[in-house]
Amino acid sequence: MASTLGPLLLSLQLAALTTVILVVLGTPLAWWLSRTRSRLKPAIQAIVALPIVLPPTVMGFYLLIVLGPYGAIGRWWVEVTGEALTFSFTGLVIASCFYSLPFAVQPLQSAFDALGRQEVEAARTLGASELDAFFTIAVPLSAPGFLTATVLSFAHTLGEFGVVLMVGGNIPGETRVVSIAIYDHVESLDYASAHQMSIILVLFAFAVMLSMFLANRRLERRSR
Amino acid sequence: MNRHISVRYRLQRSDFSLDVDADIPMRGITGVFGESGAGKTALLRCIAGLEQGASGRLVIADEVWQDDKISRPVHDREIGYVFQEPRLFAHLNVRQNIEYGQRRGRRGEVGFDEAVELLGLRDLLDRRVDTLSGGEAQRVAIARALLRSPRVMLMDEPIAALDRARRDEILPFLDRLHSALSIPVIYVSHSIEEVIRLCDYLLVMERGRIIAAGGIQEVLLRADLPLLGGEEAGAIINARAIDRDVGDGLTKIDFDGIEMWVPGIYEAGSPLRLRIRANDVSLCREDSGASTVLNVLPATIESIRDDGESCALVQLAVGSGYILARVTRRSRNALNLEPGDRVLAQIKSVAVKNAPAAGR
Repeated sequence: MASTLGPLLLSLQLAALTTVILVVLGTPLAWWLSRTRSRLKPAIQAIVALPIVLPPTVMGFYLLIVLGPYGAIGRWWVEVTGEALTFSFTGLVIASCFYSLPFAVQPLQSAFDALGRQEVEAARTLGASELDAFFTIAVPLSAPGFLTATVLSFAHTLGEFGVVLMVGGNIPGETRVVSIAIYDHVESLDYASAHQMSIILVLFAFAVMLSMFLANRRLERRSR
Repeated sequence: MNRHISVRYRLQRSDFSLDVDADIPMRGITGVFGESGAGKTALLRCIAGLEQGASGRLVIADEVWQDDKISRPVHDREIGYVFQEPRLFAHLNVRQNIEYGQRRGRRGEVGFDEAVELLGLRDLLDRRVDTLSGGEAQRVAIARALLRSPRVMLMDEPIAALDRARRDEILPFLDRLHSALSIPVIYVSHSIEEVIRLCDYLLVMERGRIIAAGGIQEVLLRADLPLLGGEEAGAIINARAIDRDVGDGLTKIDFDGIEMWVPGIYEAGSPLRLRIRANDVSLCREDSGASTVLNVLPATIESIRDDGESCALVQLAVGSGYILARVTRRSRNALNLEPGDRVLAQIKSVAVKNAPAAGR
């Protein structure tokens, strides 16, 4: 059972951490994308969307190079911490953030687009600074977007395989997440364990999606 | 001390340009009138600081809010902006909406209770904003703007999106604001009826420019303004009720010693704002006696101007005020009407628009 629980917990940990980082960093990016008239906007949007269309192995390959001990980020990391980023949990978190970025940014951006300028302008004329209006008006009114961004980033990170395999490998307790473990079990013809993990993942994913849609329905009803 | 809001703005867009320079009184309601696309909303947005590309100068009384060097950000301009849509915050209830600006503003002239009272919101305070009717929501928006303690209220067609019944429901509240508070209001509208009812001063805009400005009576008499001509041409008279005939449902009014009967029963002594449309005034040389027209006033022709293909607009001095008459050019020639002539103005109908606010 420990061999089932270990990868599962690691996956949850990875997904939770990635989600928190993505919502924190993705929110200002999504806000900028929603408000800007910059000519750079389409290019930035395309970059953000890349992980949706690229094969995970391609992303993983480049991340492996950049995060590796001879890559730009990897070398710096080794100098600062003395440890390699590749084949470590930290490296996995960084890779996941890139991989799941569109799943956080896109729902947030659509929510901010749908919000428009009206309420925020009204708040500004009522004496709220830009930051004040953002946190007291834009964020609460975009709650469904935040919920979708959180759930999708979480679920998507939970299900990632190709990038993890390339960047993280298969080190128990460090990078052996549930999708890798399942693959491993199937490779070694241990179908019982594969079944066990897979069904847990299926049920969990269904429960998460169901609660998201239920919560979204309530949020939307509230803010209509 | 300068008692004006001095506004000078230029704004250039691909399809539109704004170029205005005006002094707006720091009291009463100033109407900004014009067709859609005339730049009325753009002007308000410039004053509020919501138009990024606008350059110009804005001085409120003696405080410079914007010039070449400085431009106060939106949240540092003490304005109460009422948009065409209520723009209430859906995640807050009525009370929280009203308090939003109050918590961020200085302590001002209007307190929470007074604003709630003025706009009749006492029973709505705990309601969610999505349960409000259009008229209620707009009243909440007005209270919210008032509690921000503004130096000036900016209202952008606040009732244009409402149906007739809701409009009539809100107008009395605007009248109350006018008479109870000393905050100046800049009121954008494309409805001459609204402007006549509410405003003391008027700016007329056309294609991004101000083409007329002044007291409402004075501006409305200007027959050269195309928007105010034709069917809509008419004059406004501020009068006072002096007597009434309840049986006939009429009130006798007085302005400058000139007396008239107007429909409706009003308290003696109450001030009334009357509108006399140019189409409802006909002219004759001498009193023929029996007529169904109640009000026949001696008048002097000030000026005559052609209006449309077959008509002429005649400006008449009555007492110390003016009214307009719209007559055909054929009648004008038949009666040989010329400026300086003394004539009788037969007034077929008078509309009582509003009891204007008592002077402060």
